[in-house]
Amino acid sequence: MKFTRRETMLMALGATAAAMLPARAMANVDDLVAAFTGGADIGEGGLTLTAPEIAENGNTVPIEVDAPGAVSIMVLATGNPTPGAATFNFGPLSGSQSASTRIRLAKTQNVLAVAKMADGSFVQVSQEVKVTIGGCGG
Amino acid sequence: MADNVKPKVRVPKTASAGEVITIKTLISHPMESGQRKDGDGNLIPRSIINRFTCDFNDQNVIDVTMEPAISTNPYFEFQATVPESGAFAFTWYDDDGSVYTESKDIEVS
Repeated sequence: MKFTRRETMLMALGATAAAMLPARAMANVDDLVAAFTGGADIGEGGLTLTAPEIAENGNTVPIEVDAPGAVSIMVLATGNPTPGAATFNFGPLSGSQSASTRIRLAKTQNVLAVAKMADGSFVQVSQEVKVTIGGCGG
Repeated sequence: MADNVKPKVRVPKTASAGEVITIKTLISHPMESGQRKDGDGNLIPRSIINRFTCDFNDQNVIDVTMEPAISTNPYFEFQATVPESGAFAFTWYDDDGSVYTESKDIEVS
């Protein structure tokens, strides 16, 4: 079996593109986190993310975030084509710094929550959710 | 333009001063993610509600930025402190510029 020069080039190109794809998705998550934290160090603890271990339907996955003393909490679905899910900003009358909602997950992935605390520090927590049926169509 | 967008909000009717209450909101909306394709393989353009806010007597309770990963018929549950009698104002902002509002009165006894 012989490859022409053109075929070889194309294959090399394809391999590069395939190798870059996951890296690009990760960079996207990193970018979003960096935009949220402004590049600050991220610690752990003080933030709870409640999500099901196994979600049968990726279209509606109930999640809950709770971080006493937080100013805002960002939730990311790291395996989605567009990882952003929601950012909760708590106002002066919020009763507790917790909220729950339902999100879409395209496939089995880690859900990441990053909280900005009142003193300007950041904490994060992530949890893996196994998805039986993906929820982004396409 | 999303049709039949109907907000539903559950707030207790009464509370004692300073009490922390739980609020549940639901709004019917397709939340088209911009990832799906129609029968002919064309992408269906994104059409979601991108922001939700809740205020009590003009003081902010929660302000949520929403992305395409939020499910159809967005649901939120959160807690608010009620210092006095007044009204909660809920506002949803659609990608197409529409704004949906709902308000609920609460009485402090």
